[in-house]
Amino acid sequence: MMVILSWVDRRGVLVLRVSLFITCYNDTLFPKTGQSVVRVLERLGHTVEFPPEQTCCGQMHFNTGYQREALPLMQRMVEIFADAEVVVAPSSSCVALIRDQYLKLAETSGDTVLIKAVKNFVPKVYEFSELLVKKLGVEDVGAYYPHRVTYHASCHLLRGLHAVDIQMRLLRNVRAIELVALEDVEVCCGFGGTFAVKNPDVSAAMLSDKMRAVLNTRAEVCTAGDNSCLMHIEGGLHRLRTGVRTVHLAEILASTEGAEV
Amino acid sequence: MTVRVGHAAEAAKFPIIANTLVDDSQIRKNVRHATDVIQNKRANVVAEQRDWQELRLSASKIKEHTLKYLDRYLEQFETACTRAGGQVHWATDADEANKIILELMQSAMAKHGWAREVIKVKTMTSDEINLNAALEAAGIRPHETDLADMIIQLGDDKPSHIVVPALHKNRTQVREIFSRKMDLPELGDKPQDLTDAARHYLREKFLNVKVGFSGANFLVAETGSVCVVESEGNGRMCLTMPEMLITVAGIEKIIPAAQDLEVFLQLLPRSATGERMNPYNTIWTGVHEGDGPREFHVVLLDNGRTNILADKESRQTLHCIRCGACLNACPVYSRTGGHAYGSIYAGPIGAILTPQLQSMKHSQSLPYASSLCGACYEVCPVRINIPDVLLHLRSKVVERQQDMLAGGANFEGLAMKMAAFAFARPTIYRWGQKFARVAQRLLVRKGYIRWLPGMLGGWTAVRDLKALPQEPFREWWAKREVEKTKAATSV
Amino acid sequence: MSSNGRKTREMILDRIRVANGDGPATTFAPSPNAEWESLPREYDRRGALDAEARTALFAERMADYNAAVYYSDEDGLRATIADVLHERGKRTLVVPHGFPQEWLTEHVHVINESEFDSASVEDILNVITTCTVAIAATGTVVLQHGAGEGARRLSLLPDYHLCVVRESQIVETVPEVMDVVRVNATRPTTTISGPSATADIEMTRIKGVHGPRFLDVVIVR
Repeated sequence: MMVILSWVDRRGVLVLRVSLFITCYNDTLFPKTGQSVVRVLERLGHTVEFPPEQTCCGQMHFNTGYQREALPLMQRMVEIFADAEVVVAPSSSCVALIRDQYLKLAETSGDTVLIKAVKNFVPKVYEFSELLVKKLGVEDVGAYYPHRVTYHASCHLLRGLHAVDIQMRLLRNVRAIELVALEDVEVCCGFGGTFAVKNPDVSAAMLSDKMRAVLNTRAEVCTAGDNSCLMHIEGGLHRLRTGVRTVHLAEILASTEGAEV
Repeated sequence: MTVRVGHAAEAAKFPIIANTLVDDSQIRKNVRHATDVIQNKRANVVAEQRDWQELRLSASKIKEHTLKYLDRYLEQFETACTRAGGQVHWATDADEANKIILELMQSAMAKHGWAREVIKVKTMTSDEINLNAALEAAGIRPHETDLADMIIQLGDDKPSHIVVPALHKNRTQVREIFSRKMDLPELGDKPQDLTDAARHYLREKFLNVKVGFSGANFLVAETGSVCVVESEGNGRMCLTMPEMLITVAGIEKIIPAAQDLEVFLQLLPRSATGERMNPYNTIWTGVHEGDGPREFHVVLLDNGRTNILADKESRQTLHCIRCGACLNACPVYSRTGGHAYGSIYAGPIGAILTPQLQSMKHSQSLPYASSLCGACYEVCPVRINIPDVLLHLRSKVVERQQDMLAGGANFEGLAMKMAAFAFARPTIYRWGQKFARVAQRLLVRKGYIRWLPGMLGGWTAVRDLKALPQEPFREWWAKREVEKTKAATSV
Repeated sequence: MSSNGRKTREMILDRIRVANGDGPATTFAPSPNAEWESLPREYDRRGALDAEARTALFAERMADYNAAVYYSDEDGLRATIADVLHERGKRTLVVPHGFPQEWLTEHVHVINESEFDSASVEDILNVITTCTVAIAATGTVVLQHGAGEGARRLSLLPDYHLCVVRESQIVETVPEVMDVVRVNATRPTTTISGPSATADIEMTRIKGVHGPRFLDVVIVR
């Protein structure tokens, strides 16, 4: 396989080679989100590659207490993306795991080679909106999305990556969008990974409050940077036939006039 | 050392108790109201304090430093307190603490002919060691004097919050308890009526009971002083009116110097009750001539704290100053209340402190009683990274379970191992995806799954699940690459 | 300490040392002082307000607690105190050891500290004290129970507390107040920020559970 590198074109514009880490659950359940990331980055003139050996970053195992089992998954991640310049993932919880826990996990193994590899890997990883705004300096990706939309701030994005403002900036530049503020936007939706199945009643109680806030906005669409939250919120919205749907931020950004995702 | 944390060892698992509490509309309303009120007040007074983050950092560093030299500071405290006329005792666990306290009380009561009762200032540590039960078994009557603890005691109930233990009760319920136990059939139910009743009822106790019992918010190593932070005045009463005072304090309550109080006395009131300063703080050192108790004892309690100290990653749990801010910020706590945790220490701090004190032998469901949202860490005045500690404790729970199963596996462990196996092998992972797409056909109705078996049923009990799309991302990408190659070669 | 007590003490200290990865205790173990001195303290230690603004802030905070704030100069203090007591309808007053008697007129029935028998105290008693220092930012008066301040029960059992605060005793911040308190660090110390309160019933803040329900302040310029 030919290895493409980032380069600067004739106009002096940086063409970045971006390696996509789709994440296991987006791959399986939300392929449109990944397609949207590709669409947006290519529209901006960058090159996307997708190492097909990738599977999972180990978040589910790590967060449920199976750190030993997460270790080989982390090892695979750093190996697969060893030659990447920039890695992007449309999932702030996965990026937060990589940024906040990978090094610690590597250190528990005592494997100096692994530790070094992780140290090289972590700074390369961006959440999708971080990549756009912080790395590429772009806040307007030419999106068009004529719907009433409310935004939910996922916990990892808010308190882990501190990037909620970034996502809001991207949203505000979407043409024809009608943004409505969500009450208690910073309160957790109740997904929490395996929490949703280990503590389904409390998870549902938290979901009911989040749904109430969404319904109060009279929005057509609820968006966020994480399909984990959205899967949970949509699960409740659909169960109760509210007629409100959820759409990942990347899909809104990928939508253009006449070509809605 | 046999650690006991109240009745946590016998408590049911969190999801089971939470299940009932989540449906209790009164608890939901009361807990939500209380946590909202304090959260708002807290936010206001914190916004006012422009050096809030600097204070948090200093507090966290002071605590970290203190734990590093905990033995030195405890010794220093003991020397200084003794020099000032206090008597310092050490207790490895709950039983030993109760034994010491009982002996002190009983010998004093016998010697002076005092009535066998004691007035108590709020301290969770006494709940931790089940002191009241030990006192009653020895024929000594403990009188709780904090309004909320009185409500709990007279109502034969259990506390549900660190700072406002009776927040699960409304005024009518309180009125009913007081009217019955204080014999006040005409009692009104306005909060003012209720507190007037409490004031009157306790006045007599404050003036006559000879033995007082308290906890401590801070022990100052440099001076041998003890600091108690309170609102109602019952603390001042119990600390100064009796002839004899016994204070129990976890060994982590130590701070190095009097100057350090300037940090904590700014963080604690704002975090706990959303006030710039709480009504009363009392700082005393040993015995004061002509002012307060003539005999003063401090019981320094371990009861599992040294276990926590030994864990480098989670020893930050011992930084806690018991402000309760994490409880108020926690979306799980505010929808279940404290009883769900089965421990005097509830909420986020309870989820990490309770199991750790017990060396992870009990309360193993508590580290999972969290969606890891991190709101607790944001408000913690001493910067305990509770989500990190929760993750660490989850791995300790799993390790413990794996050790106990010794080669065998429980269902979850097996499922996790299988998933890890598949994730490590892309071919198997892809086949797993294909299999799921096929297997779901029986369950999908109009694009959604409404029922899932086993543990996954927790999802579909309250949510739908969108069906797996027919083409995962990687297949879409692979097809696209093929087409790109075709297009390139055909040109 | 009993021999059991000594054993427990050693066991706990030992467990701490092991947990910290220290060797057994020796007399040459490094003192924590140096590290303590170098701990970060970037928070505000000093206030920025001048005396007038400080006093105004203190009075504002007191008013938040429904405490009445009166002003006086040194010469008019006796008259001011008499006026306050008259206005509040207080005829008897518990007076601490060392309280300046010249500040009290003969209209007041004085109960000296030595006559104050707590066992027969009724709610209707009133007390006057000086203070050691006061905090403007939080509206707090601090007593260290020396001359003029009375033993701790004197400012606790009565229902009404009148506190005489010299303007020069008002500092702005908590660190500044601790600087003063630390001068006599082992004296009994009580900080009072308004009357006692609880929010234990439905989060409604109720005043005056135990301790004085009424607190007034005379600021002496």
